[in-house]
Amino acid sequence: MLTFTLRRLALFLFTMMVLTLLSFSLSFLFPGDTVINHSGQINATATDLAKLNEAYQMDKNIFHQYTAYLQHIIHGDFGQSMASQSPISNEIIELLPATIELSLVALLIAMLVGIPLGFIAAINHNKTSDNAILSLAMIGYSIPVFWLGLLAILLFSIGLGWLPSSGKISLLFEIEFVTGIQFIDILLSDSPYKWQAFNNASAHIILPACVIALAPATIFIRLSRAAMIEVLATSYIRAARAKGLNFQQIIFRHAIRNALIQIIRHVGLQFANLVTLAMVTEVIFSWPGIGRWLIESISQRDYTAIQSGLLALSCFIFIVHILTDFIYAALNPLARGNNHGS
Amino acid sequence: MAVSMMNSKFIPFLTITAFISLIMGCNEGNILSLSERSIIYCSEGSPETFNPQLSTSGTTSDASAKQLYNSLIVYKGNKNTLAPSLASSWHVTRDGKKITFYLRQDVNFHQTGYFTPTRKLNADDVLFSFNRILNKDHAFHQISGGQYSFFQSVKFSELVEKIEKINDFTIRFILKRNDSSFLANLATDYAVILSEEYGQQLTIQDKQHEIDILPIGTGPFKLQDYRVGSLIRFYRHDQYWQEKAKIEQLVFDISPNKSNRLTKLLAKECDVSSYPIAHTTIAERSDLTLESITSLNVGYFGFNTKKAPFDNKLVRQAISLAINKQALIDTIYQGQAARAKSILPETSWAYDSETPELGYDPVRAKSLLEVAGYAQGFTMDIWAMPVQRAYNPSAVTMAKLIQADLKKIGVKVKIITYEWSTFLRRLSQGEHQSFLLGWTADHPDPDNFFTPMLSCTSREKGSNRTFWCNKEYDELLKKALTTTNMSKRKSYYAQAMTIINEEMPLLAIAHSKRFQARGTDVKGDILENFGGISFYEVYKNNEVSNTNKVMAPNKKAKVID
Repeated sequence: MLTFTLRRLALFLFTMMVLTLLSFSLSFLFPGDTVINHSGQINATATDLAKLNEAYQMDKNIFHQYTAYLQHIIHGDFGQSMASQSPISNEIIELLPATIELSLVALLIAMLVGIPLGFIAAINHNKTSDNAILSLAMIGYSIPVFWLGLLAILLFSIGLGWLPSSGKISLLFEIEFVTGIQFIDILLSDSPYKWQAFNNASAHIILPACVIALAPATIFIRLSRAAMIEVLATSYIRAARAKGLNFQQIIFRHAIRNALIQIIRHVGLQFANLVTLAMVTEVIFSWPGIGRWLIESISQRDYTAIQSGLLALSCFIFIVHILTDFIYAALNPLARGNNHGS
Repeated sequence: MAVSMMNSKFIPFLTITAFISLIMGCNEGNILSLSERSIIYCSEGSPETFNPQLSTSGTTSDASAKQLYNSLIVYKGNKNTLAPSLASSWHVTRDGKKITFYLRQDVNFHQTGYFTPTRKLNADDVLFSFNRILNKDHAFHQISGGQYSFFQSVKFSELVEKIEKINDFTIRFILKRNDSSFLANLATDYAVILSEEYGQQLTIQDKQHEIDILPIGTGPFKLQDYRVGSLIRFYRHDQYWQEKAKIEQLVFDISPNKSNRLTKLLAKECDVSSYPIAHTTIAERSDLTLESITSLNVGYFGFNTKKAPFDNKLVRQAISLAINKQALIDTIYQGQAARAKSILPETSWAYDSETPELGYDPVRAKSLLEVAGYAQGFTMDIWAMPVQRAYNPSAVTMAKLIQADLKKIGVKVKIITYEWSTFLRRLSQGEHQSFLLGWTADHPDPDNFFTPMLSCTSREKGSNRTFWCNKEYDELLKKALTTTNMSKRKSYYAQAMTIINEEMPLLAIAHSKRFQARGTDVKGDILENFGGISFYEVYKNNEVSNTNKVMAPNKKAKVID
């Protein structure tokens, strides 16, 4: 397990190097002065500029510049947003939790819906219910997320008036920012309207989370179906059948556990996909997360925010990947022996 | 083992059931009462500051002026007569050069988390507020940039010789000359009264810049929270000098996207929406009402006369001739606007029906371009404002239509747009070639169109983004201000309009109505005849039974269709 951990850490460091190198080079590729792109200080005076050039070692060679840039990043200094002139690290700390919250709820929904459906399809392999589930999955996978989001708003918010269409919570509730995860903040707050706020926040998250969850859910259906079919064909299942175990014992005691291990590996991969979908969905549902912020930064040509935001987001996704790898390794001893980082 | 597995199988169902029961079982009692006592207003942009002295942007005065502050006097009623506000009465000497205001003695400033007033409003506050604008050495003059656009554009500092404190509740303005628009200027959204005591506190704490970010005023609401691009939260000012506002909480939900605002309105996420689209849809719904007010405004297409090729009068005329104004009005305003002949709306008393209008004539436009030496055409940019205003509900679409019009005479157009505050900042730096913008009058005096939009002074410090400056035009405006003879003033303004039509620093496109949509349960006037909106008189219908006070229906009658 130690070698496994060290391997993952090395991989993490190396990937982070490549990522910072990429975001570093973006400053040169974007129009405008490199040091202003690094720092985001568009209104810098001559003395400020001199200081910035000193801090980012712009007079030295490119290697020194990169090291100086790296030092800023390590100290949590991502520069400031060109549009709002506030530190990007602050904005990320405020916005990233909202995206994490939305993605986690969506992931949960996708798993809770997708995996059982996949298992049902696999157990009824080649029967009508299998085909029905598969075709549904295909349709679900083919629907573009922005269109689905708009349809959901049209139907559930405007048409039926059941669920709100934008934001994390009704603006009437004042919830103090503690962790940035809305539900935790609500529970921590001492507002007299705590439970109403909680209900309201739940109602707000349902539509965007379901919209994001659809595509990953269909992937989970197919993954879990394939994994289950594979497991059901193995010799130990046949042996279990031969022993005379009944259907429920076979499925719940043997098949599901072994099939789930295969699926957990893919959860991390799906998370990256999920965050991409979340970025689009955040724009549609005005969810105050990092995706919407990043897309706004692009339209406002806020170069500092774009490069730092991309760095933070990709770093976050990478950490999730490594975490799922660890979980997978902890659950499946076979994976720990794997010599190559995958 | 089997048991735990059964559990894991059931966890999803349990979670979902719990979730659903949470949503469905939500006890609406308290929520209702909270939303009954509050109004959510979907606004179209973030204010740049909370001090209306500093900005002429409509978004800023909507969010600050009538919510947070009061001015000495106000416009009241159908005929827009001046009425008392913080000044209970006033007196003008016969030569019009000395104006004395008698202040109310029972006016409380806001008490907030950042300031607790120890005294009521007095003459010091009035002195502080106006000296901040007038006196360049005033400790607060340079805070937040030192640009008082409105006052600079009406040459306030050249007009006022000094302000005298007679006693604690009497204050006298001494003018250098008689100016027929002086009182009108004091009744605008911009002439608000700040707290001198708060200024002192900030000076001691060395946090002077906070005066415009964390505002203290005397208005019916006080600021609780502001997050740029997201929301503004106001609480009721319970010690308001008039009857206190009927709602306890006012939230501005900042939604720059107009279809977003429509969605929120339809989904009941906001009670009132600014500048709605899809008028017919809203009118058809029984739970929503659409209202409009004929406001004194103009939407225009301006040229940066400092930049080539628009430093050439012929090019400006050619471009203006090539634009099909009527098509713009039919498409963008859906016919809900009058075609503008010049910058002054026809509803103004100073409007001269003889004003000539530059028509639509692409053939002449083409020949003018040839004379100007641009026979091959050229490439230009149009800056389209990102927010919807009554005078221009969709600048980007308008820019696209203009793009198509200009293509016919061989001019290529690039459309540029930025986030609102960035847009205004870059515009004031003159980075643009041409731009789509507009002007809403702050008071009914016609000077409020001519001076702020096109005079030489507002070129430097005001809202003249065409950077056009014409001595003859300025001379006419000056003459018009020194006389009180209406017909003389009218003829001066008519001459000024003729100059504009000849020089074409801008092409006036339309005078529109300002629209607003709200749920039928929201009562009370919001749209004001001039300047920003006011939520002072607003309440929700179902709250009536809870209040035992019955308000006297002395609200002004308005043009609402």
